[in-house]
Amino acid sequence: MSSNIVVRHGTDLREGEVVRYTLVERMCHWVAGISYLYVLATGLALFTPYLYWLAYVLGGGPTIRFWHPWVGLVFVAGTWWMHKLWADDMHTTKEDIEWRKTVKDYVTNNDAKVAPAGHFNSGQKQFYWIMFYGASILLLTGLVMWFPELMPRKAHWVLPPVVFLHCVGALATIGAFIIHVYMGIFFVQGGLHGIIFGRVPTAWVRAHHPLWLQKAIKENRTRVSTTSFKGDR
Amino acid sequence: MSNGSMEIKQISGHRGGTPGSGVSRDYDVCKLVDTTTCIGCKACEVACLEWNGYEFRETTFDNTYQTMPDTAWNFWNLIRFNESTDDSGNMMWLMRKDQCMHCADPGCLTACPADGAIVQYQNGIVDFNQENCIGCQYCVTGCPFNIPKFNSATKKVYKCTLCSDRVGAGLEPACIKSCPTGCLHFGSKEDMLDLANKRSAQLHANTSYKNAGVYDPEGVGGTHVIYVLHDKDNPEKYGGLPKYPAVPFFVKMWKGPLKWLGGIAMGMGIAAVFGHYVRYGPKSVDEHIDEGSQR
Repeated sequence: MSSNIVVRHGTDLREGEVVRYTLVERMCHWVAGISYLYVLATGLALFTPYLYWLAYVLGGGPTIRFWHPWVGLVFVAGTWWMHKLWADDMHTTKEDIEWRKTVKDYVTNNDAKVAPAGHFNSGQKQFYWIMFYGASILLLTGLVMWFPELMPRKAHWVLPPVVFLHCVGALATIGAFIIHVYMGIFFVQGGLHGIIFGRVPTAWVRAHHPLWLQKAIKENRTRVSTTSFKGDR
Repeated sequence: MSNGSMEIKQISGHRGGTPGSGVSRDYDVCKLVDTTTCIGCKACEVACLEWNGYEFRETTFDNTYQTMPDTAWNFWNLIRFNESTDDSGNMMWLMRKDQCMHCADPGCLTACPADGAIVQYQNGIVDFNQENCIGCQYCVTGCPFNIPKFNSATKKVYKCTLCSDRVGAGLEPACIKSCPTGCLHFGSKEDMLDLANKRSAQLHANTSYKNAGVYDPEGVGGTHVIYVLHDKDNPEKYGGLPKYPAVPFFVKMWKGPLKWLGGIAMGMGIAAVFGHYVRYGPKSVDEHIDEGSQR
């Protein structure tokens, strides 16, 4: 291994890079992300006959009916874990209010006019809360839908609105998810690399999350270390 | 129609027009249950089990004529027993043969997501194909009559087939064959409605059941099992027969507008981000901004 690489927060860091996501944050993201992809695909198979072929691809109808709720629990666990890691960073700040005023410039790549963002910009925060509350709705409704055979007949009237809500909740997360994937992979290049390997160039942080850089230095997420070199190889 | 092939086209050795050509009748099937002549003998329960090959389930004694509280995955036909008192204080025993109603607008079929798990035949029978069933029980959600029942061992849902196997072979359903009082009838929907209306007219004319009538609920498009009730305005007292059964509102919304609006929204969402990418492209990061930074 090149001596030019240091390890910070479970992340290999070269010159001029910042730990955007720690190893724990990345693992959490992918537990939630991969489980979401599964419940998304299997849920869509049950949502419309045009996508029922997904059920065959994923092992057949009875198989996806068995696994969908279990993997859904993994997704919920992932979002709760994420909540523990990131909830403090997700509250709206006055910088977010300024950022929102320039969201049109952000969307149209008029980046010079965009108000500076912190660790997460306001759009990322909104995505986070849609997924967090969406997961809560999907969990509560999903638990009811999991074992209808255990419900007394007198309680069956809740099933139709519960199934309906499960679909509405899922559709809300899908809308947010389409934007999230587009932003992370295509629109803000380097985002996918960052969430997989954890590191992004310092210039990337200056461009997209300038207000976070000082905090990142304080949290020992950069090559600049004021305290120790414990992580160095 | 499946029976269209048996309509007469031409006949041999006959001069002129073909008698019987183009003559058809409705071949949708219907079961008529006349609750006014049911004695609650439960022969139909036994016949159903015999024909479909299920063991008799353990019965539960609740001090009445009720065999067990509810139908089950392997018990599709249950006589519902209720004691009822009319306005003048007369006590009545009400017996109603409960089974799948074979709705013309079946909520189970509307709700089911599994390809080919529920079939509605031209003759009106609504049948479950267990080999395609995935065990999600959306049919339970869609049914206004509490009919589909889940088997936890096989993870499949079962219900009365209206003896589709027998009917397909030109036979009556097993329950019909077993009825000793003639309270069960089987034929075309038109014939059964005619018979049911005649029976309720007879009840009006010759008995004190002036409110007798036919139960063929419109909310589910009519059913292929119809009842003659002593009191058509209070079907609930016959073991909870719903007065205005319908496919639940939220099932209709879910399988109707939500399904196509959701599909359009997802498609538009993907198209929109693609369009955005083509118009604006990715954000660029100015690498020079890094120069002289506090590394």
